[in-house]
Amino acid sequence: MVKYLTKRISRSLITLFIIICVVFVLMRLMPIEGYFKNFDKMTDSQIQAGLKEQGLLDPMPVQLVRFFQGLFRGDLGVSHSYRENVPVTEVLRDKLPVSIKLGSFSILVSLFLGIPLGTMMARFKGKFFDKAGTLFIVFIQAVPAAVYYLFIQMYGTTLLGIPLLFEAGTAKSWILPVLSMSLGNIAYYGMWLRRYMVDELNKDYVRLARAKGASGNTIMFRHVFRNAFVPLVQYLPSSFLNTVIGSIYVESLYSIPGMGGLLVTVIKNSDNNMVQAIVLLYATVGVIGLLLGDIMMTILDPRISLGAKEGGR
Amino acid sequence: MASIKDKLSRNLEESMTAQVEKEARDLELSDQELFSFAEYDEKEGEKTGYSNYSYWGSTMRMFLKNKGAVLMLVLMMAILIFTVIQPYLPGQMDPNLVNTDAQRFIPLRNVPPGADFWFGTNSIGQDLWARIWTGTRTSLFIGFSVALVEAVIGITVGVLWGYLRHLDFLFTEIYNVLDNIPHTIILILIAYIMTPSVKTLIFAMSLTGWIGMARFIRNQILIIRDRDYNLASRCLGTPTYRLVVKNLLPYLVSVIMLRMALSIPAAIGSEVFITYIGLGLPATTPGLGRLIEEGRVVMMNASQRYQLIYPTLILSIVTISFYIIGNAFSDAADPKNHR
Repeated sequence: MVKYLTKRISRSLITLFIIICVVFVLMRLMPIEGYFKNFDKMTDSQIQAGLKEQGLLDPMPVQLVRFFQGLFRGDLGVSHSYRENVPVTEVLRDKLPVSIKLGSFSILVSLFLGIPLGTMMARFKGKFFDKAGTLFIVFIQAVPAAVYYLFIQMYGTTLLGIPLLFEAGTAKSWILPVLSMSLGNIAYYGMWLRRYMVDELNKDYVRLARAKGASGNTIMFRHVFRNAFVPLVQYLPSSFLNTVIGSIYVESLYSIPGMGGLLVTVIKNSDNNMVQAIVLLYATVGVIGLLLGDIMMTILDPRISLGAKEGGR
Repeated sequence: MASIKDKLSRNLEESMTAQVEKEARDLELSDQELFSFAEYDEKEGEKTGYSNYSYWGSTMRMFLKNKGAVLMLVLMMAILIFTVIQPYLPGQMDPNLVNTDAQRFIPLRNVPPGADFWFGTNSIGQDLWARIWTGTRTSLFIGFSVALVEAVIGITVGVLWGYLRHLDFLFTEIYNVLDNIPHTIILILIAYIMTPSVKTLIFAMSLTGWIGMARFIRNQILIIRDRDYNLASRCLGTPTYRLVVKNLLPYLVSVIMLRMALSIPAAIGSEVFITYIGLGLPATTPGLGRLIEEGRVVMMNASQRYQLIYPTLILSIVTISFYIIGNAFSDAADPKNHR
């Protein structure tokens, strides 16, 4: 177990290291406009001086080492065009709480709707509820999220009278963004839970429980659900973290002052340092999510033996 | 699962009844028939059993049974053919031409759908009908290219990874690192760094897409590479490439087709997303993403809403039909479902 964990964690660290290096090197290939507030009005000598001041004329390895040193001190450089000369970390600190609050709501909604959806679909397999649920899942999976978000925004605001843009104060304006962010997760949880539960239903222990005279509901919720939920656990940290850090598209659509919306803004402003920091943040969160998923799997499911020799005969 | 089991047991029952009936009939033979010598016939002796089972025939039959998927396939083919021939039809406009009023020389902005402009015009006066079909063509081209690149790289890497034992460790470690990198982030980063064009979008999407396919192929190859029939082939001296192409890959057709079919809607979705965040194709090469983005800008104005609804309608038909066709075909191509 310990051996597996060290291996797994070190693999994540290597991945992160590679990602950081690649992102850093790729960002140096960008046009240098992204390092200055008003690039158009500057003379050549000013640009050269500015580049030198920011250390961008040094050889790449020197820059990379300096970047890592800054990273360990929690210094990601300063924003150039978004908020001039404000440290990136400070900008992010203002934005993160909004995303976390919104994402937590959305993940709660998706768990509360997605798990019952999958369970009920498995319970009434082949009946009307199952078919309706499948239709919903196919629709959500097949149509790009970018498209149905627009329709939620369009009809949600005109038919329900919800304000078009997000205001943290009004509870009503939380409904549409949270709904948009949840739909994908609901369909995802529903689909996999149904599949795992249907698989479990064909196993011998279910037949035994039925032979003992356990009622359908007891079998479903006490036996099948627990076993079927284990494989799903692996995806939970990833989807949780990815939702919490903010949906790039939804936040930008409703002008929510969070992380995701910020990424779109700084890309449009081509603010290199900000793009670099946010991309790294998203990448880190993605890596950590997968790591936590694997760790949770090993803790929850005793059938998985990782050491291969541990407890062997 | 239950239905397959039901079917199997029904089949078994039917064949057993047939057997019993046949035995009963046999008993009715006269003594002379029963106790006469059988002639030795050389021709009969040489006869071997054969079955008229054909893989592709059975696949087709199973697929055609799924009425919804067939309907989607017809719709899909109609759209595909139409996007190709549309520019050559008479009376089509240039998708980038800004239409102006002949008398007053002002652009015909936001003209609602009618006789002149079947789908109306957009906010600078371009014909939406022409733009939608050009956009569908661009998006489908991106989708097909990405699917193709994914399949080629994915299958090549997957076969090498699964078949060559000593490469397994190396490939697995590389996979573990690559798979951890969030795909959206790579897409955004590449699109941010390179100048947007159809080629760069295809490149950015293919960069990560093949990984899943390679893993899938590798796992399947690992399972079937040492089955008896492959062992026999190898003993008979079949060259490796022939073994892979003839013995292993046909087994994986259903998986490959499914993944390819699903990566087309995914690529189209990515294009919409990447256009929204401002890294998409230039306005002169309209993709569906560009059209949806143009429609989004005016969507809160009820009279101009058609500019969003028409492109999304086409896009949804395309993505949903690929999704359903892909799933139906992969079910049909799985020999376990043939009977």
